[in-house]
Amino acid sequence: MIGIVSYGAYIPRTRLPFSVIAGRPAKDGDPEKAVAWNDEDAITLGVTAGIHCLAGFDRAQVDMLFFASTTLPFQEKQAAALVARALDLPQNIQTADQTGSTRAGTAAIRSAFDAVRAGSARSVLVIASDVRLAAPGSGLEMKFGDGAAAFLISEGDVLAGLDHAADRTDEITDIWRPTGQGFVHTWEDRFVVQESYLPNMKRVLGALLDESDTKIGDYDRVAISAPDARSHGDLARSSGIDTVALQSPLFGRLGNAGAAFAPLQLIAALESAGPGERILLLDFGNGAAASAFSTSKAIEKTEGRRGVEWNLARRREIPRYDDYIKAKGLATTEWQAGTNPGLSATILFRERDDDLSFLGQRCKQCQAIQFPAQRICESCFAKDDFDRVRLSDRIGKIITYTFDFFFPTPNPPTIVTIVDVDGARIHLQVVEVEAKDVAIGNEIEFVFRRIHESGGRPNYYWKGIPRPDPELDPTRQAS
Amino acid sequence: MANKESIRDKASIVGVGCCPFGENWDQSPADMIVDAAYEAYADAGIEKPQEEIDAVFTGSIYSNKGPHECADALKLFNKPVTFATNYCATGTDLIRLGVMSIAAGLYDTVLVVGYDKPKDRGVAGPSVVVDRVRDLPQTPAGWFSLAAATYFEKYGAGREDLAKIAIKNHANGCLAPKSFLKRTITEEDYFKARIISWPFGLYDSAAQTDGASAAVLTRTDLSDRYASDAIQIKGVTVRSGPNPQKDPGNDFLSWKPTAWARDDVYEMAGVNDPRKDIGIAQVHDCFSLTELLTYEDLGFCEKGSAKEHIAEGTFERTGALPVNTDGGLKTFGHPTGATGVRMIYENVLQLRGQAGERQIPDLAGKMALSHNIGGHPTSCGIALLGRS
Repeated sequence: MIGIVSYGAYIPRTRLPFSVIAGRPAKDGDPEKAVAWNDEDAITLGVTAGIHCLAGFDRAQVDMLFFASTTLPFQEKQAAALVARALDLPQNIQTADQTGSTRAGTAAIRSAFDAVRAGSARSVLVIASDVRLAAPGSGLEMKFGDGAAAFLISEGDVLAGLDHAADRTDEITDIWRPTGQGFVHTWEDRFVVQESYLPNMKRVLGALLDESDTKIGDYDRVAISAPDARSHGDLARSSGIDTVALQSPLFGRLGNAGAAFAPLQLIAALESAGPGERILLLDFGNGAAASAFSTSKAIEKTEGRRGVEWNLARRREIPRYDDYIKAKGLATTEWQAGTNPGLSATILFRERDDDLSFLGQRCKQCQAIQFPAQRICESCFAKDDFDRVRLSDRIGKIITYTFDFFFPTPNPPTIVTIVDVDGARIHLQVVEVEAKDVAIGNEIEFVFRRIHESGGRPNYYWKGIPRPDPELDPTRQAS
Repeated sequence: MANKESIRDKASIVGVGCCPFGENWDQSPADMIVDAAYEAYADAGIEKPQEEIDAVFTGSIYSNKGPHECADALKLFNKPVTFATNYCATGTDLIRLGVMSIAAGLYDTVLVVGYDKPKDRGVAGPSVVVDRVRDLPQTPAGWFSLAAATYFEKYGAGREDLAKIAIKNHANGCLAPKSFLKRTITEEDYFKARIISWPFGLYDSAAQTDGASAAVLTRTDLSDRYASDAIQIKGVTVRSGPNPQKDPGNDFLSWKPTAWARDDVYEMAGVNDPRKDIGIAQVHDCFSLTELLTYEDLGFCEKGSAKEHIAEGTFERTGALPVNTDGGLKTFGHPTGATGVRMIYENVLQLRGQAGERQIPDLAGKMALSHNIGGHPTSCGIALLGRS
């Protein structure tokens, strides 16, 4: 059977409470949104979701990658190629970006099913990721959130299959962002709901129910994308969707995550579903898409997967709106960002395996693992006799640390550590931890992040975060 | 293996010079090089350097002009002029090159000039280098502070011990006429200052300054020709080390190059017991903890015992083994390429009894040590001076 064999989500740990946007201190339980911090973007979120999805699977078996986002960091230079490199996927595979619409995520899932069904791929990784920026103080600001969802689609022991689908396309200037602009725009919300959202979603839902000869009441879970909570409620009520079946749209916890929004709701539905359930997914953006899934027996064996709930439970609140403005690069600074050519492309090219795939080397003579690649073994001085070994999915241990207040960052200090990974030593920034909680011996795992913007473009490398609770983490074992 | 004693006493220092270290806004590198070299010439009694200097060894970290900058400043043409760099150990390495050239019999008298001009860059501290994605932040405070968490945890030392080193070096700097900072500090000042890279605050960190320092070296058997009281070079070495950030065997309790250079230079100079044979030391206090680790790495005290010796005042001017008698990198200033030569300047003045208010008594029969480390640190240079 063909279907979803794994999923993984990533929601940035940082949360901006709406009370902080309004200039008040946050209280427990205040509504909030998930925000990518200054070292995160659609690519880094997507890579982490991909790692979560691939935990326990052989990455060498992936033979196609679709990356879906409306916020690709490069307009020319493929995001999927970079994501594939960071995930250490094989190079003899097809990679493609899907973009331009918040429907890009579900479109990529559908393309993956088509590819596997047609026999053009055996195992397709789909990653949907978005970091959409709303103008500070605008109505969209509290509606948007950032996140990424990944699915592995292949033949095998599937969690859920795709039974039916229906589509609709529509030309309308309702929500848009022209090339070169940073903020998403929207026309009056009543126009968007009445002339774009409700009619497109109802028609695609009707088409799917007709085509599949099902009724809305046949679905155990219904996950719906929407511009905001109110339009979500309007659609659910007017379509007769039972509130028990209705999947929470996560407004006030996550926010509308663009191309990743419907996929994240699908993950939330899968992680709470039992076998034999029907899941309906409705997505929106210049038209609409409806997909009907049904779960299999394997859905019972997903404990330890890093899904939506796992991510939502990890939080770090921003205390000041100004921190958010700085992290998003919206603060006025003394010097404009440099227009220099940036880091040497030839050096980046030579160091891809080290810096992007995060491959160390194992000496075939003495077995010592080291980083980065070097011609002569650091331990036994053997020459050119190494295997590459991936370090990104291993657990590291802090050997020593310092807190650097000198390096430019929106929230100093930069926590800098030496981390031991099975004998290799890595000079590594550690994030998402308070300085007071850093100690020698702390376990960390690796996350792909933006390291700086030299040349006016994102430059990526790996950082450390504290290792999540190993009890919740059966797919990764410290060696 | 090399004959380690082969250069002992072969070369002598007959002239030393040093321009005032500081924010020398109105001086070019050439201006400072001329001040330092002509002071060294005068010290040696050299009146016609174009005729009397056979070769020049010069170096800097920030200059990209190569050997011509020094040759042109001093109008030393039609001579072998070598530009060498070894990070912050450049100065000691320049002395080593000079000594080797004399010991080889190639030249009679050579000039060594170390200099740097970091204050033309428009930043108060070292630059944050962003030319890669890996190994960031690349700041010296960030590199050297990596030994703090480990050392503090293992030996129970803390910032209060580092404070005493900073207070000592500030006091010593007040007595050196050419030092940059002439201001004593209190423990309260130390703890109130901002943190640069924990545990290093402002007063743990060397003062980056402009400066140039020079020395005239000659064959020991020719040293009587010169006007000054000649001091012999007992040993000088440089040792490389692995990058501690990726070295799988690094314990972050000491810096390997220092221990390796120590073994080498003590054998060269015939040091059996550093506490008996060495009377004064200028060590590389780029950061306070670096000075602390160096006490131990040079064998001045047992590993882990530095804080007791700091508390007892062993390394104060009045102590058993005074360290950084001119204020060190902390307050005399740290023009990277010049620092190792500046240490030679101080040790020569001390051994001759010309160090004025900061003169250490009873140096007769003792050696004077100078110590530089460079890079992350990935190199160490040590020189031992004395009298044959």
